[in-house]
Amino acid sequence: MSQQSLDRTTTSVMVVDYGLGNLRSATRGLERAGASVTISDDPADLRDADGIVLPGVGAFGEGMDNAGPFRADLVAAAEEGVPILGICLGMQMLLTSSEEANREGQGDVEGLDLVPGRNVRFTGTQKVPHMGWNELSVERPHPLVEGVDGEYAYFVHSYYAEPDDTDAVVATTEYGVEFPAVVANEAGTVFGTQFHPEKSGETGLRVLRNFVNIVAEE
Amino acid sequence: MTLTKRVIPCIDVDLDEDGEAAVYTGVQFEELKYTGDPVEMAKRYNEAGADEFVFLDITASAEGRETMLDVVEGVADEVFIPLTVGGGIRTVADIKETLRAGADKVSINTGAIERPELITEGAKAFGSQCIVVSVDARRRSDDQGENYVDVDGESVWFEATVKGGREGTGMDVLEWVEEAERRGAGEIFVNSIDRDGTKDGYDLPLMEAVAKRVSLPIIASSGCGEPEHMKDVFDVGADAALAASIFHFDEYSIEETKRYLDENGIPVRL
Repeated sequence: MSQQSLDRTTTSVMVVDYGLGNLRSATRGLERAGASVTISDDPADLRDADGIVLPGVGAFGEGMDNAGPFRADLVAAAEEGVPILGICLGMQMLLTSSEEANREGQGDVEGLDLVPGRNVRFTGTQKVPHMGWNELSVERPHPLVEGVDGEYAYFVHSYYAEPDDTDAVVATTEYGVEFPAVVANEAGTVFGTQFHPEKSGETGLRVLRNFVNIVAEE
Repeated sequence: MTLTKRVIPCIDVDLDEDGEAAVYTGVQFEELKYTGDPVEMAKRYNEAGADEFVFLDITASAEGRETMLDVVEGVADEVFIPLTVGGGIRTVADIKETLRAGADKVSINTGAIERPELITEGAKAFGSQCIVVSVDARRRSDDQGENYVDVDGESVWFEATVKGGREGTGMDVLEWVEEAERRGAGEIFVNSIDRDGTKDGYDLPLMEAVAKRVSLPIIASSGCGEPEHMKDVFDVGADAALAASIFHFDEYSIEETKRYLDENGIPVRL
């Protein structure tokens, strides 16, 4: 627990530690954005958070297995309107399922289903993973993406989200195919960024500040 | 596609005489020279527009690794761009602790050659995107290779080496990178023992051959002496170009390098 989390005037954001992600940069980025951050591997802590971040490095199947104990509380938090930001794999976990994890003969591994849809792998001649700095194109105004249209963000992924509802797409990026760089659920409280805001320099810090502002207003 | 080509400063970290982490840069035919504090250097390069950092632990000793993890934490706290860390990574536990310290990717060289399953295990546990397989290639012109390329009329093959090129493995680099891809590597980091420290430009036939062999992103390393060398290596298929001394000794700045690339038709993040 960070020291600032005792300060009740600041916005408290919980970073979910499900054993895989690169929590450090996400935590420092959020702190720089003005949040007091708690890293926790205890699902019970989710109930006290003003906002929740699902960080993302790793493989879908492993991620969902590890995040299993958090599932019920994450879904409950989303239903209560607590802002949730999924980053990279954390964003993909917000969807219903992924091509990445299809346990031989047992069907797809279930995602959190907070943003209905499926994650699919890049097909085509482009190199996979999509790795590096690519341009964000904001598709509709949203507080999360204020000030980042046309800026570059850092991506590392082999799969991308295909939400059932195209309205869920807030920003896109082009890599052989136009894919969602930012998604939001219908209520506008659950978000995902396919890029890593904590690794996208000033542009990324802007997105994290936007998220912290959304949390502060909820 | 608007994915940009990456310009990456490489920071070689070693312990100084007081046991503190310090950056050293190899100068051709000379000793390593002290060039600064790793965290300060990372901050400076970030401001200058570096797209990523590669930190290599030169010693890879037990103390070296501990110190390296401290440096990784220090950089991850201050600088919000991707960080690849290499040196002495032998086990899944090594990968995990490096990622948890704040690295985004690990670069594995000897560890993967000794036990290729490390690539498979790492990719399964943490995702392919954070497993970078690094290869130290050396040109050979004998008949022991499997894949030959024509270099100025001479037929050569590329051997994967360990211990900074001092020890050969007999393995053909092109076969090895293909295996690395099959095992789940997410990126290939290609060093050239022949060009290392020369500033004569990257080993273009090597980079081109690797880029054609695998469909993974390629980080080209060794031999960069000027921005034009980066353009040359991007033209043969590299996705990222790494340089150390031209940046460390302020011969060229990252800004002017990227500007040069932009003016010459290479997509970069400015």
